Amino acid sequence: MRVELDELTVRYGRRDAVRSVSLAAAPGRVLAVIGANGSGKTSLLRAIAGLVPHGGTLRWDGAATPPSGSVGYMPQDNAARAALSVFEVVLLGRLRSLAWRVAPDDLAAAAAALDEVGIGDFADRRIGELSGGQRQLVFLAQVLAGDPRVLLLDEPTSALDIAHQLQVLGLLRAATIRRGLTTIAVLHDLNAAARFADAVAVMREGALVGLGPPGEVLSVTLLRAAFNVEAAIAAGPDGRPVVVPLRVVDRA
Amino acid sequence: MVSLAALAGLAVSFAADLATGPAMLPLGAVLRVLAGQADDPMLTAIVLHLRLPIGLMAAVVGAALGVSGAVMQTILANPLASSYTLGISAGAGFGAALMIVLGGMLPVADMWAIPFGAFAFAGVACALVAGVGRLRGATPELLVLAGIACLFLFQALLSLLQFLASPEALQMIVFWLFGSLMRASLAKAAVVAAVLALVMPVLLRDAWQFTALQLGDDRARGLGVRVDALRLRAFVAVSLLTGAAVAFVGTIGFVGLVAPHVARMLVGEDQRHLLPASAVLGALLLSAASVASKLILPGTVFPIGIVTALIGVPFFAWLVLAAGRR
Repeated sequence: MRVELDELTVRYGRRDAVRSVSLAAAPGRVLAVIGANGSGKTSLLRAIAGLVPHGGTLRWDGAATPPSGSVGYMPQDNAARAALSVFEVVLLGRLRSLAWRVAPDDLAAAAAALDEVGIGDFADRRIGELSGGQRQLVFLAQVLAGDPRVLLLDEPTSALDIAHQLQVLGLLRAATIRRGLTTIAVLHDLNAAARFADAVAVMREGALVGLGPPGEVLSVTLLRAAFNVEAAIAAGPDGRPVVVPLRVVDRA
Repeated sequence: MVSLAALAGLAVSFAADLATGPAMLPLGAVLRVLAGQADDPMLTAIVLHLRLPIGLMAAVVGAALGVSGAVMQTILANPLASSYTLGISAGAGFGAALMIVLGGMLPVADMWAIPFGAFAFAGVACALVAGVGRLRGATPELLVLAGIACLFLFQALLSLLQFLASPEALQMIVFWLFGSLMRASLAKAAVVAAVLALVMPVLLRDAWQFTALQLGDDRARGLGVRVDALRLRAFVAVSLLTGAAVAFVGTIGFVGLVAPHVARMLVGEDQRHLLPASAVLGALLLSAASVASKLILPGTVFPIGIVTALIGVPFFAWLVLAAGRR
């Protein structure tokens, strides 16, 4: 599903968290949203998810509202105190169709999502016993079990070790392509964004300051403007840019 | 399996409740009376008219408190939440005391005026907490704070009433606050059972939504739960359950806190199982406390509100420590 933002604005009291952001995200592609802390990335994602009110317009394949259940949202905080099993958590991804007696369709979708993410082995474990990285995989399975067409993820890899980062991002990319998802992910790690995203949107103080393929957008000037950081940019082994942050610079 | 064991435990405790008292009856005789096959009118009178209302009351009140505690703990994401710790019982206590102090001024018999006052103010307390929840961006933490503020508010108001009350009224208030099953009747038990029968299906219809809420407000919203509407519905249910339970027997703490915890250890957090299990365990706890209240000092019936805490606290401490070791 094509998601289009036109002059999207989010306002908390008198403060504009997101200012007139216009962009489009296409099916089968990953759009990474990057920017410094407090630049409005999470607010932008929450507005798209419908969790905070916004100004401007949002279009879903041209329609004003997405079909029910077509948007999967994964919040940043993945703490889980619930004494629920991994399978139950993934099954909750089907919440919109869950009946008292769980239908075979829902069970099958949950089992398939567990396999897709590769965690079928610990379906019976309690979510609270897992490591942060494992929990993130469970929540990824949960959101996939709901068969979304748009996937919104808020820092899916922060607080994960590098193996889990690669695993989560790899799964996301694979699922995006296989399922034709429109994926929008807020990412902190510029190199992860450069490697796994088809396009990056760079935010600074609520506004969009760069949009396009990573190789074109990530430049020394942009990094200085968006992050106040002097960086070197090299070509990685796959031709995508690798960012090496060098030092903080004073805001011009 | 576990549910069957809990139900069997409840049945045993219920039968024991009918058998114990100033006159100890053999279990067989009690069962014969219940089956309508006893010919001793004295025995029949004791079991059916004196003890059956108390036994039934203990079960339905315990069930109502267990469910309301489970719902509170779920919607407030806090294991310490219960209608007792969040001021709803305190509201009920104030309402009852108000009716006692006003006693005689109202055109209603005390027997119904006091429960009505308790029921109404349980609702007021719930509305106060839920009202905070209607404010934009109210988090579970804020709701818990509102509940605790509510507890202090109604305790202060209650103290004020006690300060102003006549010695007779003061004595009545204090005794009411102890919590006692002695005021039970079949009609009152039927009222509580009816509220339970009315509210339970509504809660169970939302079982999956409650389960999803365990994962946090944001994630639940992402999964399609209308969190604020769900909380409001739950508050109404809790207010009805607590109001009905507390109205007739006084404030009984602890059951609403512990029953859901024990239920959670037994059946997990899937609310389709947790809510019914909390009801059964709440009923079992209060029923067992009713038996104990008659056994502590033979010939004397301790107010049950005292017994639940005296027996429940060591039990609960053991449970938590044992679970920690596992």
